[in-house]
Formats: sequence, structure tokens, C-alpha cells
Amino acid sequence: MSSLTVLVCSLLYLCTLFLIAYWVEKRSRAGKSLVNSPYVYALSLAVYCSAWTFYGSVGRAASAGIEVMAIYIGPTLSAPLWWIVLRKIIRICKVQRITSIADFVSARYGKSRTLGVLATLICVGGLIPYISIQLKAVGDGFRLLSGQTISGGIGDQTLYITLMLVLFTILFGARKLEATERREGMIAAIVFESVVKLVAFLAVGIFVTFWLFDGPADIFGRVAAVPELQQRFVLRPGHTATDWFWYSLLSMLAIVLLPRQFQVAVVENVDEKHLDKAMWLLPLYLFLITLFVLPLAMGGQLLMSGLPAEADGYVVSVPLKFGQPGLALLAYLGGLSAATGMIIVETTALSLMLTNNVILPAFVGKANWQNRSGNSLSGVVINIRRVTILGLFLLSYLYYRTVGYQYPLVSVGLISFAAVAQFAPAVIGGIFWKRGTYTGALLGLIAGTAVWFYTLIVPTLVTAGLLPETLLTTGPWEMGWLKPQALFGLTTLDPLSQSVFWSLFFNIAAYFWGSLNYAQSTRDYNQAVLFVDIFRYARNYDSAIVWKGRALSKDLQSLLASFFGDEQAKRALQRYKQRNQLSENARYADPRVLTFVEKLLSGVVGTASARILVASIGQEEPIKVDEVIEILKTTQELKTVNKDLKRKSSDLEHLTQQLSEANERLRLADQQKDEFLSTVTHEVRTPITSIRAVSEILYDNPDLDDATRRQFLGTVIKETERLTRLINQVLDLERLESGRYKPELEPIRIGEVLDDAVESVSRLADEKAVQLTVTSLCRDALVQGDRDRLMQVLINLMANAIKFCDASVGKIHVETLCRDENVLVKVTDNGIGIDPIYHELIFDKFFQTQEHPAAASGTLVRTAAKPKGSGLGLAISRKIIELHRGTIHVDSQPGAGATFTIQLPLLTQS
Amino acid sequence: MPKVVIADDEPNILLSLEFLMKKEGYQVFIARDGLEAFELIQQEKPDLLLLDIMMPGLDGYELCRLVKSRDELKHAKVIFLSAKSKTVDKQKGYDAGADLYLPKPFSTRELVAKANELTAA
Repeated sequence: MSSLTVLVCSLLYLCTLFLIAYWVEKRSRAGKSLVNSPYVYALSLAVYCSAWTFYGSVGRAASAGIEVMAIYIGPTLSAPLWWIVLRKIIRICKVQRITSIADFVSARYGKSRTLGVLATLICVGGLIPYISIQLKAVGDGFRLLSGQTISGGIGDQTLYITLMLVLFTILFGARKLEATERREGMIAAIVFESVVKLVAFLAVGIFVTFWLFDGPADIFGRVAAVPELQQRFVLRPGHTATDWFWYSLLSMLAIVLLPRQFQVAVVENVDEKHLDKAMWLLPLYLFLITLFVLPLAMGGQLLMSGLPAEADGYVVSVPLKFGQPGLALLAYLGGLSAATGMIIVETTALSLMLTNNVILPAFVGKANWQNRSGNSLSGVVINIRRVTILGLFLLSYLYYRTVGYQYPLVSVGLISFAAVAQFAPAVIGGIFWKRGTYTGALLGLIAGTAVWFYTLIVPTLVTAGLLPETLLTTGPWEMGWLKPQALFGLTTLDPLSQSVFWSLFFNIAAYFWGSLNYAQSTRDYNQAVLFVDIFRYARNYDSAIVWKGRALSKDLQSLLASFFGDEQAKRALQRYKQRNQLSENARYADPRVLTFVEKLLSGVVGTASARILVASIGQEEPIKVDEVIEILKTTQELKTVNKDLKRKSSDLEHLTQQLSEANERLRLADQQKDEFLSTVTHEVRTPITSIRAVSEILYDNPDLDDATRRQFLGTVIKETERLTRLINQVLDLERLESGRYKPELEPIRIGEVLDDAVESVSRLADEKAVQLTVTSLCRDALVQGDRDRLMQVLINLMANAIKFCDASVGKIHVETLCRDENVLVKVTDNGIGIDPIYHELIFDKFFQTQEHPAAASGTLVRTAAKPKGSGLGLAISRKIIELHRGTIHVDSQPGAGATFTIQLPLLTQS
Repeated sequence: MPKVVIADDEPNILLSLEFLMKKEGYQVFIARDGLEAFELIQQEKPDLLLLDIMMPGLDGYELCRLVKSRDELKHAKVIFLSAKSKTVDKQKGYDAGADLYLPKPFSTRELVAKANELTAA
């Protein structure tokens, strides 16, 4: 494949990244963010898999066997711990607006500038080689694919790719002023790259495993047949197991502490909850991308034996050799995506660190810096970041051209891992141990880094010929115990493992020793409390004042304005004051405002610089430890009081609610009473009308014949009876409903009550020639009841039935049944029946069919013959049955008779 | 001989009204509900109606409106006799086209006098 084709493809691929990033940023500005998803978050974490994974793991597996897998097993094993560690770090960084791992260490230990600088230098020093080997990987891939040797200077294609990456990183990595703001375009590009590299690697893996061989079993079988190969791919007795441990540990730490991982996992995190899914998605990704590492390494060894092919390049060279240039190109692009993803994020993170922890603190203290007004400072900050990005690229490229090309990918990567692992004691101690101090962190970092340098970097300098060979073989000054690769005679571990062991050993020891032997400054302690108890303080962080001193409000505002612009600064301050109910026009700013301003600024210039900036305008007074504790305690108490108040207030709300409900009930009851009264009045008017009319007629017509006179007088008597009945029933119902009536309960036999009731209606039935039959299957059942009341109900039901039956043909059947724990009494007639829509209504007081909409359309209810009762009988019956803890209901269809059923609970004999 | 249709669902009230109107020389027709009353009215085209309001089927208001909307029937004078005694109910009655609204219990003398007055006019 021609070098031009490869170059064009590479540039096209990078252009795709630009397009994706541009499009996503545009959508995000339009408010349609695409990156707010746990899947995006998990895929962005996959930036962990750099070119080293893509090319190097195969190479390492081919040369050193399976121990390289530890690099992916470590993160998988530690994933559950992220819930404890990473979540806490994310929360702390969000609250304190921390933007990098160096910033984190600096902020935790009293916002120390020194620590920030030291941490930044460790990162830059430890990672420049790592970035440069990514460039090397791109170059190697390019060379393999195009078949050309790399040419230096202007003709170097790697340079063009590097320049494109510089442009991309500057555009999408350093676009916004606030470092805490998400770089959505960059993240989108990274996610895209994660997908590309996975697809490419799987494609090559499947090709080699299933096309060139007959599946993994075939490869493993053939390797087992070659003794020296077999030797390489099995666990050897001896030190491999402990090496596995150290490699796993190293990668566990790296996946959180590497600047690029910190960037994507913490700074770019949108929602803590995304961590839940990432905890299994990332291990899954790592599993998939390493699935074919061993088959590829073994297959490569088998296929390419005798050929001068580097194992690092198998991913590209194997498909190429077997006539698959398209697949080789895909593999190359996968490698390119792995390398560029890592480079972009790593340089962004490093440039932030350099700017905020090294460059800006040096400037911000200077008077002339602060005298600059307007919005210009924000431009300066962004420009500094851009320049550092360019510088970092330049440095990496130079390193690659001069030194880096000599080393295989994995070794350099592991050296970087070991460098960032030095942060582990300070970071993990910092979030779980309040006693961890600035001195401890400083000593630990220095000790760890020194050992790291001596044991890992010095040997590379020897290899490069810069130091004498004897240093490695006999030790400095002939002192064998000082041999860098076997320090203190530790020879049972491989050089890397022993370096990790010793550097972490001295690091941790110095951290504890320094922490326990040197006093903690107040600011240090304050931050320690905030970090360790972050979940307790996160919500009222602002009120946990860390400032004690005075600053003019005016000065604070102009300080903010120099970064954010006048308008924005004014608005931010106003909003904060309103939210916290602070006076807007105070001459001196409230300490809380100072803290707030410092926090805002730290998002832009880093914690240490922000501290210096705010200190420069406020006269700080030393704040005592107990004051800090007091403040935190007050906050805590306030929170408790606040909680109490909230609860009280919600209690009150609840009470109010209850009151208004009670009120509503009363109003309703009142209304019902009104309606009831009006209905009663109406019901009373009807018989009185008849009585009055008839009486007047009798009075005015003394000469009436005897029969008519008797008829009229009979009417008077009947209507008077009706009136009496009505009044009695109204009083009866009122007594039942008001609760003043308590049924006199005694065990009674349902059959006996029924017999009595039947006896008292039998005359009525006979008069109308209605047939009344009784089947009492359950006559001996005992119920707890009021005999007279139950009889009243039964009589009412039977009287109704008689009333609504046609004379002569009417049939009424009464029966008792026992069912489960209940006794049922059914009264069935063959009368005119009741439309189902009235089945509930008939039990209401004074149910008036005329007033019912359905009645207006002419539907027949039991009113056709109009033997009207008071309209209270069924209401009273239901009330009585309810007082006996029973139910009453009706089954009926118009024209098909009706069955009223009473259900009463059986008295259980105990 | 003037014709009167009396509609009420209370038999005892019907009984007295029938007696009273007959005595005054009316030809009396009796209905137990609104629909029955309307049929009678269409058939007999009476000069006077004595109507209850709350009746099954067709209520008094509706019946009155129906009658007043028919050219051949609307000459009939309408007297409501109702247990509904509220002002709003009365108003509804007059709105439906009634000539008189007497709340129950009414004075038979007054009823007879007003009825004669209306039919004479």
C-alpha cells in the first residue's frame, strides 16, 4: 500500500474525529447533549486501552507470555472498589472544582502549591515517554502498512498526524475557560475511537483465529507442539505469580490515577450514577479487547517464525502478509485510534495541570497580573493552555525521535504506570485518613518518585549508553545491594515488580512517618475533614467557611470580573448572595463569599492559584483548628435543626391538610343535612296537602253523601298514618346514623327471627293473595344481633316484596343459607323488578326516581303502581345491617323480580 | 263546559281535585303521570291544566313547556300544584309558561277561585 494512501486514510480518519467533535459540541450548545449516558461514560473510560494495548499487548504476550494480561485483570478486579474510591473522588472534585490529579493532591493537603508542582512534574516526566511511544506506535504501524522506512524531518508522516492532533487538542481540549466544564466534543471523539479500536482488533483477531487457523483450539494445539513456544505461554514456577500481583496492582492504581483516566473518569463525569454501569461495562470492554491477544500472539509466532517481524506489529503485518490489505488498513486505523485517543486526553489533562499548578501560580501573585482588567485574563488562561499543549506535543515528538523508538511499547507504558502509582498513598490516604498531612504527602511522593527514578529510569539511561553498564551489573561504587534492578538484594521479583514494591514501600512509609511526626496546618486539616467526610459536608459545603478575614466586596467582584467578565461576575455574586440571604451591599465581603469566589476561580486556574488570588485581596487572619471544627459542627447542628424544622413544617402541613379535609367533611355533612331537611319537608307536605284538601271539602260541603264522606275521612286517616310513619322513620334513621343507637347484641337464632317476621307479614300477604314460602336451611345458625332490629329489616324486605308484586299471581320466597362464616337471608319476589342502575340508589334516603336522569326517560322503577312508602325503609335496613357488621344488596332485572340478600357473620362458638 | 286535565301521582290528591273541579262544572280528565297527561291533553285540548311537578316519566315543567309550544294546545291555562315551595322552583314554573304556581298544601278555595278566574278570561 502506498505511503500516500495510508497518509490520506489517516488524515481522513482524523477529519472524521473533527467532524464528530464539532457536531457534538454544536448539539451540546443547542442544549441537546449526547454524552449524558453511562454507556458514553464507560466507553470514554476505555481510553485506558492505548496503542500499547493495541500493538503492545500482542508483542509483550509473544515475548514474555501471558503476564501482560494482568494489566487488564487489575482494573477488572478493582472495578467494585470504584464505588468506594472513585465515587468519593468524583464527589470531592465536583464540590471543590478540582480539575486534575495534581490539583487533587494539592487541594487535599492544604491547597499546597509545592505539592501541585511536584505532582505535575511527576506526571509530565512520567508520561512524556508514554505519549511518545504512542507516536512511535503510529509511526510503526504506518511503516508496516506502507512498507516504507520512516524518514526524518519534513517527510515524516508521523509529524503530520502529530500536527493534526495538536490542532484537535487545542480546539476541543482547551476551548472553554472553565476547566471543570465538560469537553463534550472531545469525549464524543474518544468514544468513537474506543469503538473503532475494539472493532478493528476483534476483526483481526477473528481473521487470524478462524481464517488462518481453525479456531483457538487449533492455535493452542500447535503452540503446545513447539516446546520453546509452549514454555512461554504457561505459568512458570518461580516468580511469575508475584509478578502477576504487582502488575495487577499497578494497573488497578493506573486506571484511576493516570491523568487521562482522571480526566475522563472524574472531570468529564456528568453523573455519579454512570459509575454503576461503568463498573461492569469497562471490564466487559477490557475482556473483549483482550480476547484475541493470546491467539494473535501465538498465531503470529507460528506464522511469522523465520521472518523479521516485530511482535508488536502482528496486528498489521499478519493480515498484510496473508493478502488482506483492507483488514490491515482497518487494523492500522484501530491502532491510530487507540494512540490518538490516549494522546488527546493525556495532553489535555497534562496541559491543565501545567497551567493551573505550575504556570498560573507563578503569575497570579504578581501585581501587574492583577492590575489587568476586563475579560482579557480568560483569554490569557486559555492561550497558556494552548501553548502548553503545543509544548507537550513537541516534547513528546522530540522524545520519540531521539530516544523513544528504541523501546518496546509495554515497558515504557509500565514505567509510566509506576510513576502515577506514586500518587496512590497521598490520594487514597487523603480521602480516608484525616491525619494524612502535607508533609507526609510531600515526603512520600519524593521518596516514591526517587526510588522509581533510580530503579526504572536509571537502567534505561544505562541502556541508552548515558551511564556505565557496571551500574546495573555490580551496583554503584561496587555496592551490590544498590543495584537498581535488584535493590537491597531483592532478586526474586522482576525489575519492574521490585521497583513498584520498593517505591511504594518507601512512599507509604514516608507518608505515614511524615503524617504522624509533623503537625498538620489548619488549612490542611480543614481540607482533610472536607475530603474524608465529603458525603456529610457536600451539601452545605459553602457554609463550611474556610476563610477568616476581610476583603472588600468591590475587590472580589473585580477579581472575578477579570476572569469571567463584568456582567457574569456580578450576576454570579448576586445569585450567590440571594441564595444565602447575604446583604448585597456590604462593604466587606462575607467569608462565605470569599470561599465561593475561590471555588469559582479554582475551576479556572486551579486550587492553588485560586487560593493565592483570593489571599492577595483579602487580609487573612490565622484560623484556629477549633474554630474550623466549631464551624463544621455548627453546620452539622444547623443541618439537624433544619431537619427538625422541616419535619415540623411537614407535620404542620399534614395537620392543615387534615383540618381542611375535616372542614370539607363537615361542609358536606351540612349540605347533606340541608338536603335531608328539604326532602323531609317535601315528604311531609304531600300527606298534609291531601289532609287539608279533603278536610276543606268536608267542611265546605256539609251535604255530601255518606259514602263520599266516608271515603274522604278514610283518606284523612290514611294520610295521617303515613305522616306518623314518616316522622317515626325519620327519627329512627336519625338515631341510627348519629351513632346514638347501640344495638343490644345477644346470640339469636336466625330461624326464630325469620319465623316471627313471616308471621307478622303473613296477613299483608294474604290480603293481596300473594304466596309466601320459606326454606330455612340454616335456621339454627346463631348470629350476634338485636332481635327487634333484625326483625324490622326482615319485615321491611318482605313488605316491600309484597307491595311490588301483582295481586293473586305474586310469589315470595324467603330462604336462609349458611356459607363459610356467614349466614345469608334471601327474599325473592316475582314482581316488576329494578333496573340495575338503581341497585345502589334504592338504599339512599328518599331516593326519588323522578329526580334521576334515567327516570326522566321513562324507565320504570318500582313506582308504576305508586304504593309509595316513606322512602326510608331500605336506608334504615341497610344501616341496621351495617351495625351488625353485615351487608345487604339486591339482584334484579326489570320485569324479572328481585332478590334482596342479607349477609350476617355467624357467631363462632368458642 | 270547560275541560280540565289533572295530573298528579298522589291518588288521594287526585281524588280531592277531581271532586272540586267537577263541582265547579268542569269536565275532568285524570292522569297518574306526565306522559299519560300529555296524551289526554292532545286528545281533549283542555282549557285548564292542574299539574304536579314531580311525576314519573315526564315532569310538570317539561309537560308545561310541551303544551305551550303547540299552537293547538297553548291556549290552555296552567296551574302548578307542587310540594316544591322554593322561589327558584316557582320561577322555573313561570318560565315554563305557567299561569299560576300554588305550593302544596294549597287552599282549595283559592285554587277554585283562581281556576275560574283564569278560564273565564
